[in-house]
Amino acid sequence: MTKTSNRIQIAETPLITGNQTFSTITDKVSSITEQKTPRMWYVLFGAASSLALIMFSLIGYLIWEGVGVWGVQIPVGWGWAIVNFVFWVGIGHAGTLISAVLFLFRQKWRTSINRFAEAMTLFAVICALIFPGIHVGRIWVAYFMFPIPNSMGMWPNFRSPLLWDVFAVGTYFSVSLMFWYVGLIPDLASLRDRAKNKIRKIFFGIVSLGWRGGNRQWKHYELAYLLLAGLSTPLVLSVHSVVSTDFATSVIPGWHTTIFPPYFVAGAIFSGFAMVMTLALVARKIYGLEHLITLRHLENMNKIILVTGMMVGYAYSMEFFIAWYSGNAYEKFTFINRAFGQYAWAYWIMISCNVIIPQLFWSKKLRTSIPVMFVASIFVNIGMWFERFVITVTSLANDFLPSSWDYYQPTFVDIGTFMGSFGLFFALFLIFIRFLPLIAMSEVKGVLPQADPLYYGHNGDGKGEKHGK
Amino acid sequence: MANKKIEGIIAEFKNPAELIRAAEKLRDSEYTKFDCHSPFPIHGMDRAMGEKRSPLGWIVGIVAFLGLGAGVTLEWWTSTIDYPLVISGKPFFSYQAYGPVAFAVMVLSSAFVALAGMLILNKLPKFNHPVFHSDRFGKVTDDAFFVSIEANDPHFDQKKTIEFLKTLGGQHVELLETDEKNE
Repeated sequence: MTKTSNRIQIAETPLITGNQTFSTITDKVSSITEQKTPRMWYVLFGAASSLALIMFSLIGYLIWEGVGVWGVQIPVGWGWAIVNFVFWVGIGHAGTLISAVLFLFRQKWRTSINRFAEAMTLFAVICALIFPGIHVGRIWVAYFMFPIPNSMGMWPNFRSPLLWDVFAVGTYFSVSLMFWYVGLIPDLASLRDRAKNKIRKIFFGIVSLGWRGGNRQWKHYELAYLLLAGLSTPLVLSVHSVVSTDFATSVIPGWHTTIFPPYFVAGAIFSGFAMVMTLALVARKIYGLEHLITLRHLENMNKIILVTGMMVGYAYSMEFFIAWYSGNAYEKFTFINRAFGQYAWAYWIMISCNVIIPQLFWSKKLRTSIPVMFVASIFVNIGMWFERFVITVTSLANDFLPSSWDYYQPTFVDIGTFMGSFGLFFALFLIFIRFLPLIAMSEVKGVLPQADPLYYGHNGDGKGEKHGK
Repeated sequence: MANKKIEGIIAEFKNPAELIRAAEKLRDSEYTKFDCHSPFPIHGMDRAMGEKRSPLGWIVGIVAFLGLGAGVTLEWWTSTIDYPLVISGKPFFSYQAYGPVAFAVMVLSSAFVALAGMLILNKLPKFNHPVFHSDRFGKVTDDAFFVSIEANDPHFDQKKTIEFLKTLGGQHVELLETDEKNE
């Protein structure tokens, strides 16, 4: 063949495979929301929403009875609720990393996964916000957390990391929601223009705000998107740093360390990518999106899981080193106790899932194998939950005074509420993939080779300079 | 139905390259009230249309500073003026501890303005627009590319503009009309 064929051989793997055109993408993604609801969807949604219902009933019970229905006691005053909070907030971070940071770095591969990764962020943060919200004890005065003028003339304590959390996570949720919605507008317009029945026409007509796709609109739109990406990027680092200060500003051994903010951020991205992976693999399989979410996307995510897993592993060992190097007896004891004390089982689950399992991804064969990555992503999620459990519980259960030591155990209310939060998460996610475009159509079209005007050359015949790619 | 008002003209183009070329020609012929519609933003279209950069960055930048100031002011006023409380012996104005909240207020207010500003600059929501009268226009969110020219453009001339769009390669050139009574 001609010169062009040589260029094909050295070109990168294409982002989108299967000879897609603009309209096949619209069709593929939009039809998911238009076809009859699959029976499997009802089964899954039924299961997820039942779990969520259990959670809401248990929350009702908790509010009625008080936090005594949980396993928290003295000295372990922070139990599963905080563990779950940190776990869910962490999951959200991958969505923001994909949508904002990778956007700023012009990583075009993000376009296939950013929409549902952002949705995952929103739902994870909703689950996260529930836990501290119900942990306040007297839930009817939860408004104390916000600077609302009240009859006592009192204000929140702005020096407290717990208050920083309210602002950091509240901002995180709001900004993610706005970012997600801005990204959705052109795709909602696609659904509006395809709508066959009146209800869909009216609904998508309203939510797409009358989008016309004119360049005079795209101009402001693109800048707004860029600005929101720029504003979300520091949030990837700041939100979990603030969460880590809940621990780091205290004087409990094992918490009072400066490594916490970067360590928490790396862990958050690690766990979040694992969750994106789990969800992507399922959605891709059910809806046959193999050409849009290709093996290249999955492999890239596995590389990030490997990198962040190594960072987390580094943090684990550095904590140990500093505990020894500090010469602080309490600090030293805490870490030896983590690995060999009464919660050693949790510690080794954490190490196996977070440090050992990701090492599989050094092998190209394993990181491109769907079953391997699916199982690994679930293990990583389990491991990251245990990381927060180890941090929260071991430091509290065996603190300075051996006379106050105790063994913390969750009650059925703890367990049910946590399981129920998964129900809520998946129920929201199922609603999302059923009714909204789960892949950002306009963005995927923008990365197709035919979206580049240079592709068409001077005669508009598809024989332009970039044709080889 | 008798009184129809011409709102503009719409023409379809085959691909992004043709759309860009049409935009350049329209710009050079000094049309000002035209727009190029596409399913995704096209690289280089701003220059082809002679568009200026969006002012949104300046707006959001200013709001970011105001938001940061508002956050610090809130923390300073509540903890030193309105209800000073000694907490762990820290000074009333503990600026080191005020960072995270001030930062959050800054990000939140700028993000809100980025969204609201985008909608205002784009005059959205706007549910009724002459281009929606074209039946073909629905494909713009799928795979079609359009140029629309508004009737109140100083260079607008029904016959000449249609001819011009056709010479640029425009297909399915359509007049956008509305009934007078709907005005």
